[in-house]
Amino acid sequence: MRYLPKSPADRKEMLAEIGVSSIDDLFATIPEEYQFKRDLAIPRQHGESEIIDRFREYANQNATGYASFLGAGVYRHYRPVLIDTVVSRGEFLTSYTPYQPEISQGTLQAMFEFQTMICELTGMEIANASMYDGSTGAAEAIMMAVRVTGRDGAVIARTVHPEYREVIATYAQHQEIPLAEVGYAESGRVDLAALDAAINDNTACVLIQSPNFFGTIEDVAAIADIAHKKGALLIVSIAEAISLGIVKPPVEADIVSLEAQSFGVAPSYGGPFCGVIACKEKFLRQMPGRIVGETKDADGKRGFVLTLSTREQHIRREKATSNICTNQALVAMMTTVFLTVYGKEGMKDLAVQNLAKAKYAADTLGKGAKVLFEGAPRFHEFVLDLGRDAEAANTALLEKKIIGGLPLSKWYPELGPNASLWCATELTTKAQIDAAAEALK
Amino acid sequence: MSETKFVGTPKKVTTHVNQNEDLMFEKSSPGKKGYRLAELDVPAVDAASLLGGSVRTDLGVMPELSEIEIVRHFTRLSTWNYAIDLGMYPLGSCTMKYNPRVNELVSRLEGIAEAHPYQPESLSQGALGIMKLLSDCLIEITGMDTITLQPAAGAHGEFTGILLARAYHEAQGNARKKILIPDSAHGTNPATAAVCGYQVANLKSNAQGMVDIAELERMVDEDTAALMLTNPSTIGVFESEIHKIADILHAKGALLYMDGANMNALVGKTRPGDFGVDVMHLNLHKTFSTPHGGGGPGSGPVACKKILEPFLPKPVVVTKADGTLALDYDRPQSIGRVRAFYGNFGMFVRALAYILANGPDGLRQTTEDAVLNANYIRAKLEDTFDLQYKTRSLHEVVFSDKRQAKNGVKTGDMGKRLIDYGFHAYTVSFPMVVQGAMMIEPTESESREELDLLIDALKQIAREAEENPEVVTTSPHTTRLRRLDETTAARKPILRWKPTPNGTADSSALTPDTAAKEW
Repeated sequence: MRYLPKSPADRKEMLAEIGVSSIDDLFATIPEEYQFKRDLAIPRQHGESEIIDRFREYANQNATGYASFLGAGVYRHYRPVLIDTVVSRGEFLTSYTPYQPEISQGTLQAMFEFQTMICELTGMEIANASMYDGSTGAAEAIMMAVRVTGRDGAVIARTVHPEYREVIATYAQHQEIPLAEVGYAESGRVDLAALDAAINDNTACVLIQSPNFFGTIEDVAAIADIAHKKGALLIVSIAEAISLGIVKPPVEADIVSLEAQSFGVAPSYGGPFCGVIACKEKFLRQMPGRIVGETKDADGKRGFVLTLSTREQHIRREKATSNICTNQALVAMMTTVFLTVYGKEGMKDLAVQNLAKAKYAADTLGKGAKVLFEGAPRFHEFVLDLGRDAEAANTALLEKKIIGGLPLSKWYPELGPNASLWCATELTTKAQIDAAAEALK
Repeated sequence: MSETKFVGTPKKVTTHVNQNEDLMFEKSSPGKKGYRLAELDVPAVDAASLLGGSVRTDLGVMPELSEIEIVRHFTRLSTWNYAIDLGMYPLGSCTMKYNPRVNELVSRLEGIAEAHPYQPESLSQGALGIMKLLSDCLIEITGMDTITLQPAAGAHGEFTGILLARAYHEAQGNARKKILIPDSAHGTNPATAAVCGYQVANLKSNAQGMVDIAELERMVDEDTAALMLTNPSTIGVFESEIHKIADILHAKGALLYMDGANMNALVGKTRPGDFGVDVMHLNLHKTFSTPHGGGGPGSGPVACKKILEPFLPKPVVVTKADGTLALDYDRPQSIGRVRAFYGNFGMFVRALAYILANGPDGLRQTTEDAVLNANYIRAKLEDTFDLQYKTRSLHEVVFSDKRQAKNGVKTGDMGKRLIDYGFHAYTVSFPMVVQGAMMIEPTESESREELDLLIDALKQIAREAEENPEVVTTSPHTTRLRRLDETTAARKPILRWKPTPNGTADSSALTPDTAAKEW
């Protein structure tokens, strides 16, 4: 087996040094009746070229060569070559969690840079070093708000990603956090009057998403006002992080839960992605997950360490702020490289290109369909009422090698069977948009 | 750099130049660019008129650097990291094994990396096929009946597994109140029980470091939902009375949860499903070689027995009558979703590539080599370090600093000194059942030569602890930075970089927090 660095002689000599006659002696503590004697019924040992062939076959059974208008929480953006250059370095790829800071400064400094950029982009004061993803991050943010406020309810906008809401429901049920849902107005934004009515004295927080699931940008300041007047915190979930290049950051929020997949992370059939929680400094002690902080070494030189670990499970056990241990460090590293490549000017230019593509797509596709929620600004997604069944329309589009928008009736039956969610990014070409519009005629 | 004070001659290392590198923000200057966008092929837009009051005008201290500076920045940072590719990580219960590069290649194939989770099932057969084959392999390896791949990491798998247990008990009319957890357990176990709304009952280990059967019998009652057991335990010992443990739990209607952190000791040699486990998680980033990446991503599939199948997170991958694969959302008793989409799919690809590279013979040999390595280290060092539990080790061995502590040298000091000898530290002060624990798991990825280097280094350190303890207690001496002040880091947290008001670069301390002292 090519991953095993031992010769048969090594094994024999080592057994002799240990003082046993066979390898089975080392497994003697496993009761005889539970010793597994046959071969596992799994595929035989493959050569490297066979492995690659097999996965090429799998890859070819997936969509390739299609123009896609799917977004809905997973976005296709250009990924600069430098990302793989950096994360393919064994020093980053194959290192452990930086619990020994003297030999982990590379990861730690990059994480400190990540935290800084996340703060800058979200308008928050502090950020952690990553969560699993945007959905679990949103659930953890709600649990955090419950600890901070001492209240126990959460009001969640119906325009938050439906799968995020499902995850939150799974987490909330055993924490005894009652969840209330608040609908959207004709603009596609949170219904402010309904929100005001939904918050009570027991509401720990309001969770919204902006841009929301329909691509509409919420009036964060107005929502924050309503929440804060009643003593509730505002959590803003951001599923499309590229929006932060041109959309005002949610500075009025108390906690931001970001999904950073858009920052150079492949769609990869839904993961691994990179969640992150950012918040006001005063909530630091209730933050879940690892945090990197600056300090000095014994000679006074600047260095970085994992800090405030007394919040975490390996110290606090059942009293920890969360059970999270492993996070998404390498994916956070990918986003760090992405943000460095685009930087201050590039993040804005990139976001504006997305705006331009989505504007052209909505205008063009809107000629043969109705664009819903026109009353509020949006980023790069929009809902189309196609005037016919969205699933059927998509089936027809597949013939033209086009994957149409995501049909919404499964989650939003009130929009009818004809509504679907479309996304255009900087990678969507004019030709693809024109072809989709032509095919939908 | 302080003067290096080796007692002997380290065989593995010598000092070398370590380049300094500022934070990217300190290297940034206005107008530099590391990108160029493609030409815009649609009409340009005016962001301010499209977004109105929602438009952003400033991106603050976001960096401005050119491509070569970015490459050098991250390359220089990378040289400050220790990594599996540089040498052994003797971290116990972490299973830091080799991360095969072919896994990286196949996870980046276009049809795999670009797959959108909402693309039609007919155009996702490859992705679903990967999930199906991986599931089948993991079910066979664990001896369980079914599996979910959705959890994003080990602790997330624990969360999912305990929710399955809870849903099962609820379906019987009583969710029950408590989870039993041995005192040797990983901190995520009690934290998970708490997140799932259970009380934690601590189970004391016996003199062999194993579950105390009599104590277990006393503690298990009709309020017990499950025991969370790590097997082999964190001291690397197989619970040889596992069948009794399972019987005691099952007799009271409680379930046996197995933390699969140490599955690298068992693959191909024994199966949890055969020895009474009802539900367990696996760590693909440990046992199945997906890279740890400086702390993640992981992946924590949960395998379980048939009785728990109705409660699995949705969706689950199913085979339709026509032989094609599909995602089934119609699961009325499901605990719900634990994560958006289907899990850390990119890790499934890597784990499956690892399984294919090994086959049944390779996986068994892997387990045998991992156990051989741990026992070799134990045999070579048991005269040098105190060994509290004498029971036969599987994949890891836990020594203690008892002998060296007499000279004021603690486990943490020796771990730091190991860095000077070219190794990562072993796991320090864990498990808590061993005072001054030195927990060593070599994995199968180490050659005899590398093991001998580690043994040599640890013997040198033990000698230093006798002859020159200060060289150990002030180590490491060869690293770019010396010991870092973690206390100040926690008391005056500086968690992001900020420019100072006069324009020069400096990090910015938050308000000193007195609460930290109480912790």
